This record gives sequence, C-alpha cells and structure tokens, in this order.
Amino acid sequence: MTNNQLMFTIFSAVIIIFSILTVTSRRILRAATFLLFVLVATAGLYFMLRFNFLAAIQLTLYAGGIVVLIIFSILLTSQVGQKLETTTWKKKLVAVIAAAFGAVICIITILGHNFPMEVTSPGRTDISVIGQNLLSTGKYGYALPFEVISILLLAAMVGAIILAKKRKD
Amino acid sequence: MFEGVPLTWFLIVSTIMFFVGIYGFLVRKNLITILMSIELILNSVNINFVAFNKILYPNHLEGMFFTVFVIAVAAAEASVAIAIIINIYRRLVNIDVEKMNEMKY
Repeated sequence: MTNNQLMFTIFSAVIIIFSILTVTSRRILRAATFLLFVLVATAGLYFMLRFNFLAAIQLTLYAGGIVVLIIFSILLTSQVGQKLETTTWKKKLVAVIAAAFGAVICIITILGHNFPMEVTSPGRTDISVIGQNLLSTGKYGYALPFEVISILLLAAMVGAIILAKKRKD
Repeated sequence: MFEGVPLTWFLIVSTIMFFVGIYGFLVRKNLITILMSIELILNSVNINFVAFNKILYPNHLEGMFFTVFVIAVAAAEASVAIAIIINIYRRLVNIDVEKMNEMKY
C-alpha cells in the first residue's frame, strides 16, 4: 500500500468511525467532540488532495466556528450531564434499514459507473489562481456568487442577532 | 485515480458519511444533534465535489469553489438554526423535537 493509500485509509477510517459515534452517542458533548474529529479528518483529506486553501477554510470555519457555536448552544440550552433519550428500537430499525438501503443503492451505482478519466496534466491550485478566479467576471469567474454570499452572510447575521436577543417582556 | 487512490474510494466514503448523517437526522430527538447530522451530510457532499474536481477535471477549480460556497452557506444556516433553538428553549425550556407540536395561532 502506497503512502497515499495509507493516509487515505487512516482519514476515512477516522471519518466513518467517528461519524457513526456522533449519531449514536448518548451524551451530547461527546457527540460534538466526535463531530469535531470528523471535520478535522475531512480537512486532512483536503490537504491530501492538495487543496490547501480549502482545507484551511474547513479548519477555520467548520472546526473552529461551527463546532464552537454548537458547543455554546449545548451549554446554553440543555442539561449537559444528562444522557440523551433515545428513540424506540423499532424506529431505529426502520431508520437503519432506510439508510442502509439508500447506501447500498448508491454504492452499487458508483461501482458500476464508468467515470471518464482524462489524462491531463494537473492544474495549479495555488492562491493566486484562486484569487484571480474568485474575483474575476470572465468565463470561470465567481464574482457574482461572492457578492451574493456576502449578502447572505449579512442577512444571516442580522437574523440571528434579532432572533436570539433577550426581549424585555 | 489520484496518486494511487481511485475515485470510487472517495465516493464510497462520502456515501457512507451521507447515509450516517441521514440516519442521525431520522433517529435523534434533540434539535442540536439533528443539526450535527445536517453538518455531516453537508461535509459528505463537500468531499464528493472535491474528489470529482481533483480527479476528473484537474485543470479546473469549480469543485473547490462550490465547496467554499457550501461551507459559507452551512455556517450561515447553522447560526440561524442555533438562534431559533435558543429562542425555542426560552419558551419551552427543553429542546426535544417531539414536544414542539404546536404552531402559534
């Protein structure tokens, strides 16, 4: 097994094991910590694929922003020491059957599909190319989604502040 | 094939993560754990985009940009969802999803 395959196996084992632990854990803070491990392993996969900027964004926003936000909200809204209630085993069985059925169908389709491989030279993914593409208005430019995302983030910020403000009743 | 790792391995890992997230969305009763399952689903889709971009179209960057926008939208959605959850907790003093069965009239 080459180095890349070994790295991929370690990262994907971490991802699969900790994602299963996230959805089946009975303590909520442990579920948040396992989610953090999943997100860091996903950033590791992005580093392996040489998408350094994207991996840095993943670590900063997901692992450093969203998981911290989730942990804050856990501390603010629930009794942290108590165990989570679980659903009945019949509902769990139905959910497992549905998820497994979907997974099997998707995996069979993926394994049977012939992906068209073009043998081209690898392109450049350094930050100057990313910056030029992100702000250009040409054919592969992303200036319009960039501005729209700014408006979306502004709306989300205003909405979250107004929703979570303490009201003087 | 990316330096020895075939494309289907990436897709199978992201498929498993996606359906684990769907299982968590269906099973969990706490609102915040449902939000965590949604984050798992979004991350699996990101891995898909990035793998397709790197292996099938290595000269382009569209997959990476789409992933950046998905991460930004997920951050905005998680913050608004948590603001709603905090509001619900102030009214009902618990965040069990089965106790929220009344719409405001």
